[in-house]
Amino acid sequence: MLKGVIGALVPLLAAVLAFAFGATMLVALGASPLAGLDAMLDGAFGSGSRIAATAVKATPLILVGAGITIAFRTSVINIGGEGQIIAGALMSTVVALSFPDLPAVILVPLVLLSGAVGGGILGAIPGALKAYASVNEILSTIMLNLVMVQFMNFLLRGPIMDPFELEAGTRIPQTQRLSDNAALPTMIEGTRLHVGVPVAIAAAVAAYLILWRTPTGFRLRAVGHSPEAARAAGINVKRNITLAMTLSGSLGGIAGAILVFGSEGQRMVTDGSAAGFTGSAGFNGIVAALFGGLHPLWTIPSAMLFGALLTGATQLQRVLQVPAALAVALNGIIVIFVISSTPVRGWLQRSLADSGLFNRSSDSAGAD
Amino acid sequence: MPVGIPQWVSTGAGRFAGTEPTDTMGSDENILEMRGITKAFPGVVANDNVDLDVRYGEVHTLLGENGAGKSTLVKILFGLYQPDEGSIHLRGEPIAIASPSEAIASRIGMIHQHFMLVPTLTVAENVALGTRSTRRPFTDLDVVSRRISEISEEHGLAVDPSVEVRRLAVGERQRVEIVKALYRDAELLILDEPTAVLTPGEVDDLFVILRRMADDGRGLIFISHKLREVMTLSDRITVLRNGKVVGNTTPAETSSEQLAQMMVGRTVRLTPEKPLLDEGHARLSVENLTIHGDRETVAVNDISFEVRSGEILGIAGVSGNGQRELAEAIAGLRGVEPGSSIRLDGVDVTGDDTRARRDRGLGFIPEERMRDGAIAEFTVSENLVLVDHGSDRFTSRGMLAFGAIGQHSRKLVDEFAVKTPGIDTPTSSLSGGNIQKVILARELSASPTVLLACQPTRGVDIGAAEYIHTRLIEQRSIGTATILISEDLDEVLGLADRVAVMYEGHIVAIVHGRSASRDQIGLLMAGVVEQTPSS
Repeated sequence: MLKGVIGALVPLLAAVLAFAFGATMLVALGASPLAGLDAMLDGAFGSGSRIAATAVKATPLILVGAGITIAFRTSVINIGGEGQIIAGALMSTVVALSFPDLPAVILVPLVLLSGAVGGGILGAIPGALKAYASVNEILSTIMLNLVMVQFMNFLLRGPIMDPFELEAGTRIPQTQRLSDNAALPTMIEGTRLHVGVPVAIAAAVAAYLILWRTPTGFRLRAVGHSPEAARAAGINVKRNITLAMTLSGSLGGIAGAILVFGSEGQRMVTDGSAAGFTGSAGFNGIVAALFGGLHPLWTIPSAMLFGALLTGATQLQRVLQVPAALAVALNGIIVIFVISSTPVRGWLQRSLADSGLFNRSSDSAGAD
Repeated sequence: MPVGIPQWVSTGAGRFAGTEPTDTMGSDENILEMRGITKAFPGVVANDNVDLDVRYGEVHTLLGENGAGKSTLVKILFGLYQPDEGSIHLRGEPIAIASPSEAIASRIGMIHQHFMLVPTLTVAENVALGTRSTRRPFTDLDVVSRRISEISEEHGLAVDPSVEVRRLAVGERQRVEIVKALYRDAELLILDEPTAVLTPGEVDDLFVILRRMADDGRGLIFISHKLREVMTLSDRITVLRNGKVVGNTTPAETSSEQLAQMMVGRTVRLTPEKPLLDEGHARLSVENLTIHGDRETVAVNDISFEVRSGEILGIAGVSGNGQRELAEAIAGLRGVEPGSSIRLDGVDVTGDDTRARRDRGLGFIPEERMRDGAIAEFTVSENLVLVDHGSDRFTSRGMLAFGAIGQHSRKLVDEFAVKTPGIDTPTSSLSGGNIQKVILARELSASPTVLLACQPTRGVDIGAAEYIHTRLIEQRSIGTATILISEDLDEVLGLADRVAVMYEGHIVAIVHGRSASRDQIGLLMAGVVEQTPSS
């Protein structure tokens, strides 16, 4: 059906336009856009280990994106990915610091689980506030992001700071190297591909199954479409709003745990900002979810695209000697184009419908 | 003719016919001639070669079911749509109406079903909106007010120009709409289902006003599907079905039954047959129920009643007298004040939520079909299991059992004759009547012991309404206690064993359906208590 084709084409077109825009910027900087594209592709997919790096970059985006899908499908706008990632990371870090000697087979699932709990708590708070006190979740999640950054800095500069840093007085906000038993096992030797990648994909599949195959997801979607009708049918709207935010936050929390225990340093470290730890995965995950049409499974390739952009940009910078800011700019441009594509898609579909190019059902016409 | 302060002074009937220029193409006696109007939307021809003549001084009724093309036709006349084919002659001259402002300039007025008034402005301000002040750039509200008073007096439309519209009752707001049209000097007036929101008494008043306006020589187009009103008010009737004119007649030449048959295209039973039943035990008991409305006012004030097994209790009343709050309280969607009690089959459910009440056998057909009754984006099948999706029947090992859900849905779609391409069709693409059948199917398939049916046939076509009535009576026969809340008095009188009339949050009387007369209930709905309430 034409509608579906437009649905798929418009975001692709948006990506192409964004890259064209990026190419213009490269030309302005005196670099060849073709060489730039080549460098990016090479950086993202040029070798097995680079593909692995891309997948690792995409992992937190898949998780956050799948969580965003659950929240948005319930009509809850969760902008708190950053805070939820940090909460999950802190929770799992504390667990790893507390039980460093547990065997890997227990400790790895345990840190992932505690990440989910930490993120879940941070999602549940704005969820419950929205459900039971009508607090706008956009504001509360954004504010909680700020709170969590400060909390992270407090912990990483104090209670769980690396004792060595304390001794040396360099005061980099980071923990000590955490138990190797908690490290996410590498799946292919010589690459960074760790078990976090399949965990994220499994989580996205689970999000899909929950939303479309279980009674719970049925209720979440019912609440998302029409809280009034859901309520009249006997569905507890408040509980489901809280649940959606909790699930959404817990997926972000797992992403936080993966960022810590899939890192090369095997520790939680920041530069004092949220992005210093998360790499803005909490925001990019929203974009990945939107780009994937708020479908958890489409979030996977969508997140891969953004992962490729991140790894490709590093190579671009190295090969063409363009400023690092270009990668950030390119990322931002894609975000703008992709987000704008949603209204454009709707507008295109509507105007095509009005022109009668494809049939909608007859009731949508103006008769009576 | 410029829009502004009207120039004319009433001189009695027929004056327009003589003063307007005539044209060889049109006839002297017709203010409006629409010829061969065709308008197609994707997938449907809303108007198919439709002709409509309106004479000076007549009330011309457009009768038809939802989707018959009445609204499309008048929207074309008011410049909201452009016809694909056909011509319009106004006062004998061909005219193309590109927009509502052009229609108004051509002295066409439209009273919309949903009032186009700004609640926080006064009557005078509302009337002046969109017109040109005589003292621009300043306002001339005193001039407007004076003119409104003149119009009110002349047409028997009691309206105070200085009152804010939000303080007015529905009937008064409608008078403001009419004044607005008269102020703009409308000579051809379109009334889109103007009686939908009125009490029987207000309807009578409106008809006196409309008749007087026609006697002044104006042409009136009256859109309705209430046959009794059509028979009372019309001079001539044009019946539309599926976008085509299927008949032209007058009340003298036809009957309600014939009109219904023309509208639907087959024989229709207007009053459902209802077997006599012995009264059973009380299934729903409401005692001392007091409910606060949205603005902290008392919406329902200390009412008590019972509904028995095999009984339909009709709740009549003009919209906004507490029926909505009553329904929401019974459904568990709205809190009640201390001291209130609601019992289902003897069990106190006052503190229970909707889920718990449904589990106790409550079925609920909400008033706002598309807001509360069904989810537009969900498929027919999903809406059919909206209540029971989590039951053992429709789940297996924690997952939805799509096989069982599909089987159940197909069975209900068949049984309730829901017209849909399939069970996986988005519900939004069904007609109102079919969406209502989906809701009805869902609620009745749960075998409710108490059924709360709110405006079950509002905006539904005659065929579907007939079907819904049959099913409600069937439900009564198998012992369901039904509360029927409806603004359609004919529906209440046709179905209910007893009728409770609500006025300003009170039940002013409960009368037996058999002994109740329209007039008596109409008076009660307007708050006139002429007998001691029998409850």
